[in-house]
Amino acid sequence: MSQRESDEVTGVETTGHEWDGIKELNNPLPRWWLWVLWLTVAWAVVYWVLMPAWPGISGHTTGVLGQSDRADVARQLAALEEVRGEGAVRLKTASLQQIEQDPELQAYALAVGQSVFGDNCATCHGVGGTGAKGYPNLRDDVWLWGGSLEDIHHTIRAGVRTDQPDARTSQMPAFGRDQLLSAAQIADLTEYVVALSGRKADAAAAGRAAPVFAEQCAACHGPAGKGDVSKGAPDLTDGEWLYGDERDDIRGQIANGRNGVMPTWEARFDPETLKALAVYIHANAGGQ
Amino acid sequence: MATAFSDDRLFRLHGWVFVVAGLIASSVMTVGLNSGRFRIDPSRYEDGVIRAGVIATMFWAVVGLSVGVFAAAQLSWPELLYFPEHGWLNFGRVRPLHTSAVIFAFGGNALIATSFYVVQRTSKARLAGGVAPWFVFWGYQLFIVLAATGYLAGITQSREYAEPEWYVDLWLTIVWVAYLLVFLGTLWKRKEPHIYVANWFYLAFIVTVALLHIVNNAAMPVGLLESKSYSAYAGVQDALIQWWYGHNAVAFFLTVPFLAMMYYFVPKRAERPVYSYRLSIVHFWSLIFIYIWAGPHHLHFTALPQWAQTLGMTFSIMLWMPSWGGMINGFMTLQGAWDKIRTDPVIRMMVVAMAFYGMATFEGPLMSVRAVNSLSHYTDWTVGHVHSGALGWNGFITFACVYCMVPWLWKKERMWSTALIEWHFWIATTGILLYISSMWVSGIMEGLMWREYTPQGYLANAFVETVAAKHIPNIIRTLGGVMFLSGALIMVYNVWRTIRMPSPAAEPAAQAQGPAAPALVAAE
Amino acid sequence: MWKHHAKFERNSIVLAIGILIAVSIGGLIEIAPLFWLESTIEKVKGVRPYTPLELAGRDIYIREGCYTCHSQMIRPLRDEVERYGHYSLAAESMYDHPFQWGSKRTGPDLARVGGKYSDSWHKDHLIDPRALVPESVMPPYAFLADKDLEYRDIVAKLTAQQRVGVPYTAAMLENARADLETQADPFASPRDLKARYGDKVIQRDFDGDPNRVTEMDALIAYLQMLGTLVDFKTYKARDAENLR
Ligand code: HEC
Ligand code: HEC
Ligand code: HEC
Ligand code: HEM
Ligand code: HEM
Ligand SMILES: [Ca+2]
Ligand SMILES: [Ca+2]
Ligand SMILES: [Cu+2]
Repeated sequence: MSQRESDEVTGVETTGHEWDGIKELNNPLPRWWLWVLWLTVAWAVVYWVLMPAWPGISGHTTGVLGQSDRADVARQLAALEEVRGEGAVRLKTASLQQIEQDPELQAYALAVGQSVFGDNCATCHGVGGTGAKGYPNLRDDVWLWGGSLEDIHHTIRAGVRTDQPDARTSQMPAFGRDQLLSAAQIADLTEYVVALSGRKADAAAAGRAAPVFAEQCAACHGPAGKGDVSKGAPDLTDGEWLYGDERDDIRGQIANGRNGVMPTWEARFDPETLKALAVYIHANAGGQ
Repeated sequence: MATAFSDDRLFRLHGWVFVVAGLIASSVMTVGLNSGRFRIDPSRYEDGVIRAGVIATMFWAVVGLSVGVFAAAQLSWPELLYFPEHGWLNFGRVRPLHTSAVIFAFGGNALIATSFYVVQRTSKARLAGGVAPWFVFWGYQLFIVLAATGYLAGITQSREYAEPEWYVDLWLTIVWVAYLLVFLGTLWKRKEPHIYVANWFYLAFIVTVALLHIVNNAAMPVGLLESKSYSAYAGVQDALIQWWYGHNAVAFFLTVPFLAMMYYFVPKRAERPVYSYRLSIVHFWSLIFIYIWAGPHHLHFTALPQWAQTLGMTFSIMLWMPSWGGMINGFMTLQGAWDKIRTDPVIRMMVVAMAFYGMATFEGPLMSVRAVNSLSHYTDWTVGHVHSGALGWNGFITFACVYCMVPWLWKKERMWSTALIEWHFWIATTGILLYISSMWVSGIMEGLMWREYTPQGYLANAFVETVAAKHIPNIIRTLGGVMFLSGALIMVYNVWRTIRMPSPAAEPAAQAQGPAAPALVAAE
Repeated sequence: MWKHHAKFERNSIVLAIGILIAVSIGGLIEIAPLFWLESTIEKVKGVRPYTPLELAGRDIYIREGCYTCHSQMIRPLRDEVERYGHYSLAAESMYDHPFQWGSKRTGPDLARVGGKYSDSWHKDHLIDPRALVPESVMPPYAFLADKDLEYRDIVAKLTAQQRVGVPYTAAMLENARADLETQADPFASPRDLKARYGDKVIQRDFDGDPNRVTEMDALIAYLQMLGTLVDFKTYKARDAENLR
């Protein structure tokens, strides 16, 4: 060992080594430091006794408290029922109409609906439910598949064009892509549809298209273009457009028939939530 | 070579990078050997590679911080900074670029440079291995370039902080073994009987990172000529191995070797002895022993079995004091030199660095408590924690060490401008405070919003509402980042002016000092 | 007592070995048991290896760094279970090389996003997230719809997965290319594909362009199956062995 010396500032002895001019003092471990270290160790030991902790050959210690996150969350979810109170219970048994007629229960259902809507529906139908191109506006009283409580409930539960057995389905043909009609015919039909909605259109073209419409389109959209909720075929006269009101949008839809898909929610939500959603949508639209 | 002809377009790109690097290396070697520039003078320290390392550190600091600012700005103004047709600039590719650039390029170069500096001086021996240190340096730069270009091109294993693909991992392994041998070789040549405490920390860093790297990156390549590979582990096991690695990347990359920097540069700069040798011993061994256990605190409440989470949490709590041991030893070393905080902005930087280290290592155990983590996990709180450690501790201690080393390495009396160091200090400190406070606010806010219930017992907020609520904190974070980056740019300018200052004419030749190696430095 | 430490300080090899021992213990005790303890992975029905198209999509998910913003790990906390669905099980990622649990939720958890939206919503959203969700900070991925999926190496990929333990059968390897093409082609017969991967496999043209198999097809195929495999009707969440 090399020679030890005293540091002149603190008076503490050095260890006697030196590296590139750096020396070390031989101070003891700070007492409080050591105490807190042992305290954390002691706390850890207690925790290991209480909780699942040490693995072995065929299992692990489970702790005297036997705590489990998975059991806890099940309990917490059950406890939510308490918070949700009577409303939640009555939602289970009440019919859609009963919910809507009971102001208290309706208010309750609206709160549920609003909560669920934000994370699950707003992504498509917009935060306010006002829709986007290809995703219908749920705030107006214009419905593809019917706007009664039951209709809405059915649409939400089973979805549109999904694999669900009783999903809403229909198929608007892709008249252009599948070469059912010529480009000229589609151009004429576009004018016809524009005219249907009461806007100015090329009368000659619309005239040429009238028989084609009657033959190809009326089956779904009706002879007057008023639509058909049983087929989800929109009313073409009301000035509300799912895929946009430009001529290009209309031509595109006739040529390529998009057939939007609305997911089924039956698998994700319990029956109460589905009812609440239907009431929520119904109340916030015109309310057919 | 063959890689350059692979069917895999991305692999081909990297093949060519390799070939070009190989060509440059062999031609430099040829020219260098012929002109005798590589002659080794065993009576002097090998400082050329350290000078190159310092320059690389500052270069990658600017790159890494700029990319961080860019990523932060993307989250603040997505409509401006995303380019639908240029996928390589998307956040998902830029973020790993940022983390690797700051941790491995900036931090790694700082560690290699300072470890070479410290091990020579505390061993009174020249670096071992002839040109091997240069191989370590350039091999490491090649690793960085392969990693960085890979991320932008979409080559990634998606393992946080270990994203490079299998062949880049292999290359790093080779470089790392060379690094270990250079370091050990220098220790073997030492003229001091004892190994200085800083070198314990450096050695723990080199050895443990090797272990972590090899285990975590075990993977099955899709083909020898394909860049893609699949992890050898799956699901839960993969997750724990990754976070055993990830946590200890923090531990053995961002903490242990940075403490080594502290153990040399703080006493050196303050001209005071290290506070307690015994504390060094106890906190060194307890730190490295306990650190390894803490990985599961990244997987609280996940599908990882709960017993493992318990171990992760309890060991994280026990880690608190061993971590603080380093801070105490650093702070108390300043006993008798406290007045220098006022006069020397470099010492002040060290003090702030140690304070942030103390803060991050207090916050860390707190966040490891499962109840706290259930709120903080997945949120910006973690990001705030990361950057109080990363900016405050890693950033500032590195800057302080570089401010120390530059005049020593280039033989100047001092840095070109002390005023600029003051500016750097204050701008960057404000930047850090803006960064971490905005992230705490946004992190705790989003954590609370996610779990908020309406009085009727239903979730109160949609996810996107939390995204919208973070807009302002995101902007403040970006601003903080810009300030931190500005500080680094000021520093680059200061370093450059210092290097260009005339050296004091006469040098005492007796001291073992490194030879000037202008050709090598110029090669950077 | 303190002077014994000199052994480490005098010999770098002793020091290095000491370090190696100190840092090996924790990892061994925590990680190794996960490979043998039976309670680590729940016994469930339904989890299967990814179809070739899903695997290709997953590789795109990894390439694009979706994991930097999206977790795939629903924690057993009541708000998460309510927001995202049943908490994630270890079994659900037992064939995931590498795992994609994530560590940051800049965007929502995706562990159960499968079936939540329509294919065309995913396509629209990936092309321009802000067109559908104005507050979103998610990057646009329009280029995915233009890029043909590269699957020249799909057999090699399945083989590599098999080597690390995913139970792909010889028939799966042999037919990897065909299965991939079938899944993205609504007019092809799904019989063989479903015989190999189960009836739940979704066969569709995912990106609205039936003439091509694009990267968009693959990514959406992957997203649409996330979290849908486990049969929760038969899974006994309350059984002691599953509570852990
Ligand atoms: C993937 C996007 C998407 C999501 C998410 C979504 N919808 Fe829809 N929804 C649609 C589309 C597309 C239609 C129109 C289907 C069609 O074209 O016939 C639709 C139609 C509807 C209709 C029928 C409208 C009418 O005019 O008849 C109702 C009601 C509705 N959605 C409610 C909801 C509710 C409630 C939710 C959330 C639980 C929801 N939607 C989630 C896409 C979505
Ligand atoms: C088999 C039934 C069917 C036939 C035949 C049919 N449609 Fe449709 N049409 C629909 C359905 C269903 C929709 C709504 C698509 C959706 O919900 O995504 C629709 C939507 C439209 C739209 C878009 C409306 C909007 O709000 O944006 C136009 C325009 C249209 N049809 C025109 C026509 C014309 C013109 C023809 C004949 C050439 C025709 N359709 C034939 C079922 C049909
Ligand atoms: C910069 C962060 C970021 C990245 C990177 C990112 N996303 Fe997102 N993602 C978001 C945000 C924020 C949302 C929520 C708002 C929205 O729906 O756009 C989101 C939403 C989603 C959703 C809807 C989830 C739901 O349940 O509503 C899906 C699906 C999705 N992202 C898939 C992806 C895929 C696939 C990738 C990679 C190719 C990706 N994301 C990359 C931020 C990101
Ligand atoms: C100019 C300064 C910096 C800025 C603006 C910045 C910005 C960012 C951003 C935007 C992210 C992504 C966070 C998210 O996903 O939400 C990030 C992550 C990260 N940064 Fe930085 N950064 C800076 C400096 C640094 C430094 C110096 C380091 C390390 C030495 C660092 C290490 C990290 C790490 C480790 C992560 C990942 C965090 C996690 O996974 O939770 N950063 N940074
Ligand atoms: C006693 C010391 C420390 C402990 C116990 C600790 C603990 C933690 C915890 C609990 C998390 C959050 C994990 C999650 O919820 O996802 C975390 C994240 C992180 N910490 Fe620390 N921390 C410590 C010190 C530090 C220091 C000094 C740094 C230096 C930079 C640091 C860097 C990080 C990083 C980069 C992450 C983000 C990992 C990721 O998710 O990508 N930590 N730490
Ligand atoms: Ca790797
Ligand atoms: Ca397709
Ligand atoms: Cu950690």
